[in-house]
Amino acid sequence: MEFQISSKAKKTIFGAIAIGLVSLIIGIVVHSGDEQFKTRIFSNLLIDGFFFFAIALGALFFLALQYATETGWSVAIKRVVEAVASYVVYGIGILIAVFAILTFMKGGYTEVHGHHVGHIYSWMDPDVVAHDKIIANKAPFLTNWFFWAVTILYFLVYFLFYTGFRKRSLQEDIEGGTKLHYKNYVKAALFLVLFGYFSSTSSWHWLMSIDAHWFSTLYGWYVFGGMWCTSMTTIMLVILYLKKHGYLQQVNDSHIHDVGKWIFATSFLWSYLFFSQFMLYWYANIPEEVIYFDFRIENYKFTYWAMFMVNFIVPMLILMSREAKRNVGILSVVCVIILLGHWTDIYMLVTPGTMGEFGCIGFVEVGLFLMFAGLFTFAVLRTLTKAPLMPKNHPYLDESKHHDI
Amino acid sequence: MAERVIYAMYDDDETLKTGAKKLVSGGVHISDVFSPFPVHGIDPIIGVKHTRLGIVAFMLGLTGLLLAVFGFKLLMIDEWPINIGGKPNFSLMENFPAFVPIAFEFTVLFAAHGMAIIYLLRNKTLPGMPADNPYPRTTDDRFVMEIRMSENHMAASEIHAKIKETGVIEIEEKDYVVIK
Repeated sequence: MEFQISSKAKKTIFGAIAIGLVSLIIGIVVHSGDEQFKTRIFSNLLIDGFFFFAIALGALFFLALQYATETGWSVAIKRVVEAVASYVVYGIGILIAVFAILTFMKGGYTEVHGHHVGHIYSWMDPDVVAHDKIIANKAPFLTNWFFWAVTILYFLVYFLFYTGFRKRSLQEDIEGGTKLHYKNYVKAALFLVLFGYFSSTSSWHWLMSIDAHWFSTLYGWYVFGGMWCTSMTTIMLVILYLKKHGYLQQVNDSHIHDVGKWIFATSFLWSYLFFSQFMLYWYANIPEEVIYFDFRIENYKFTYWAMFMVNFIVPMLILMSREAKRNVGILSVVCVIILLGHWTDIYMLVTPGTMGEFGCIGFVEVGLFLMFAGLFTFAVLRTLTKAPLMPKNHPYLDESKHHDI
Repeated sequence: MAERVIYAMYDDDETLKTGAKKLVSGGVHISDVFSPFPVHGIDPIIGVKHTRLGIVAFMLGLTGLLLAVFGFKLLMIDEWPINIGGKPNFSLMENFPAFVPIAFEFTVLFAAHGMAIIYLLRNKTLPGMPADNPYPRTTDDRFVMEIRMSENHMAASEIHAKIKETGVIEIEEKDYVVIK
């Protein structure tokens, strides 16, 4: 309520969306003749749809984590976390649309001049499954009805828990007391259990099934690590933006320091999982498994390793010291680098599986990214305008206001 | 003449903190505070510099990492290459994924142990060292400020007067004895 989206912010957001649209149209005009064109559009819808949905979902997870652990310090930034999580509603809509299109198009099947050039989900195509024993053996996990049943379940759970947390948070401002606090505590614990399963299985369905023959049990945690990292980074950027414009007076250096520590820690979590997955396949060197990495290193050598190095080394070296985690300039730069780095991570999860060796980052990628980023930012800022930026009656509010480390 | 020192005793950490704030703003330099537990937020009040242990940890970690890499190169690549699962055993770079866990362990080992040892050494609290504590009760329920006269350019009586305004329960002035 005290926060309003400034006209400058609106101009920037709609400017970004407009530039993105122009870039996308240029991309469509330039590449519409390519054999991979349709696959490329679908891949990017999936990449951006998932990337921004994952940021919001990670924030929802973080919110639940704060409730379940009854954390005190984060109360002052709770509304920011809620705002970032609020994009789940939009993200769900977009992902349902993308999945629906892919389902109706037999997993994004495209053919040019009578020969097959690409799929997003090849297991959605009955013609492929009929001749592919490996995929056929993965039924019922990789079948349309199962995919949709669990996808709707995931979305329903995420949606209901988000709206529940938000509703109780606003209600707490009016009512006070500890009744809602304990209700949040119970609901958050329940959400964490569900999320623990869903974050893994959903990433198997939505992303890992692109390479339908390949599998990795660590994949879900890997995607989750990246998700959590981008969420903390986005939360940090929103806090820095709000503070720069004079809001969130109660959020002090110590809160920012703590969010910075989360960015540092989750970057390590992600890097650790990346390497754990990579090393096991590298060491075992079983052809049908290691092909996944071989293909990426052969065709996307620079992107693949640069993505890993940037996401690992930049936060490690730059955010290690205490001063850096309290410095607005350093944090802003590092956060933007991490976000781009993790977008590239999702890009590397999707593109090699869908476009083979023809993937590249051009007008289409930049355009769609900007459009999604604009929508995401607008959704987050819009939620921020709907409620006071500081919760009123949270039991740990006082502790958070005096947070000092 | 031996150096004189004033010890001011409190029975509450918050009283000590507000007292210390008052004394410091009055120009008194507090050399140290003895307490049964870490008093949160006392460091900036009495002007204790931020610890450099983090820098030490980084350097120790780097030492461990470099030593590990040196070890791989010398032992596993140059001197005695072993064929493990057909991995490229004549090249450090190509075989590096296999060495990462050990490199990590070395880094952690050096940083953690080195940090603990240097911390104890710097505080002179290695096992067997005599306790450096003017008041044994500060290990129980009392909080004591140490104000050395050599670090203050004020008359002892003036400091005494200032301390008395801060809710102190006991003041003692004596010769400063360096225990170790």
